[in-house]
Amino acid sequence: MKKQGKLQYLTNGLLKENPVLRLVLGTCPTLAVTTLAVNGIGMGLSATVVLICSNLVISLLRNFIPKQVRIPAYITIIAGFVTIVQLFIKAFFPDIDSALGIFLPLIVVNCIILGRAEMFASKHGPIESVLDGVGMGLGFTVVLFIMASIREIIGSGTWMGIVLTADAITPMGILKMAPGGFFVFGCLMALANWLSDRKRGKPAVSTAGCAGGCAGCAGCAQHAEGADAEAPQNDHPHVEKGEDK
Amino acid sequence: MKEIFTILVSAILVDNFVLSKFLGCCPFLGVSKKMDSALGMSGAVIFVMGLASAATWPIQTYLLTPLKLDYMGTIVFILIIAALVQLVETIMKKYLPALHRALGIYLPLITTNCAVLGVTLLNIESQYTFIQAVVNGIGAGIGFMVALVLFAGVRRKLESCDIPKSFQGLPITLVAASLVSLSFMGFAGLAENMFK
Repeated sequence: MKKQGKLQYLTNGLLKENPVLRLVLGTCPTLAVTTLAVNGIGMGLSATVVLICSNLVISLLRNFIPKQVRIPAYITIIAGFVTIVQLFIKAFFPDIDSALGIFLPLIVVNCIILGRAEMFASKHGPIESVLDGVGMGLGFTVVLFIMASIREIIGSGTWMGIVLTADAITPMGILKMAPGGFFVFGCLMALANWLSDRKRGKPAVSTAGCAGGCAGCAGCAQHAEGADAEAPQNDHPHVEKGEDK
Repeated sequence: MKEIFTILVSAILVDNFVLSKFLGCCPFLGVSKKMDSALGMSGAVIFVMGLASAATWPIQTYLLTPLKLDYMGTIVFILIIAALVQLVETIMKKYLPALHRALGIYLPLITTNCAVLGVTLLNIESQYTFIQAVVNGIGAGIGFMVALVLFAGVRRKLESCDIPKSFQGLPITLVAASLVSLSFMGFAGLAENMFK
């Protein structure tokens, strides 16, 4: 990777390598909890806290954890922090706890956190890892917030609990349900693609970043297809662009 | 018996894990590109989900609840799942090499599949009995397979379509998933009214 200033680790997660829209990690919570803007923020911030803590601890322990058992070790560390956050939210924000429900403990298997532990924290020092955690976490939160806002405004005519259009226009309830989640997410991702296409002057991802990006895009599951050694053609337009430069 | 059948149908169709609960979306989007890999992955998921449900229920009921360690559930369950996946892989490699070759690469990925941890947590939350929990686990796995296989077919059709540039790749896949999920909403109410 190119030499980066410390600040760049922070901004990386917000735009260039946005975990949700660019690396396509953590799709499950993105789709599931974004029915209300408040839930989006709650989920985003919980994941951010877990991400920062786990990144810090994993990068501090990176020289002590044997390579063969690193994944179980990471998961245990992450699960510990998730439990702390879960108890904290149960105690102080019971509404958010009941809204997020099962997805709060499921932060454990959120691919963003394990992905960053594997791709970043295990290779970098504690300060960089914390900055990366903050950036990635905020990038996640921002996308969740935007998506939840769209779904809440159109789906129930309110925003952050404030009634906007619900009295004048009948809200389109379908956007609050499962199909609406997939649809809005697809449209947002298309918008992100379109915006980065227009900014062609600046390559979206540095070439070295591509490798990480691809591994990320591959997400938790596509490693399986990676074994087929068939590069997905259309999945990552930004990758091809990066190589054109 | 009636109750068990209701749980099974609702786990497969009505409350499909992927399409209405958003659990296991990553493998759903990742592995549904080819029919073979979709079948392999979901076969492994059914297997592990059933086993994980069977393994976590007694631990929760006889160990965590009496000792008032409920809050450790998440950590314990994820470790059980990770250990289970490892164990299954080792045993399969030794005794069922053919099956291992077919499912092998998908097994390690299942640890981080949120559908597996999700089903074990939901079993506890819904206060199922042991048999109900196992049936729910297997049903959720079959539901995952139904969604994955159906969607692999949809994606094959998508490949031959002329898609706007920004929508190429994942965005159009998500929009297609939205339509598939819309059609699954038609199953709502099926489980409750089945025996009327």
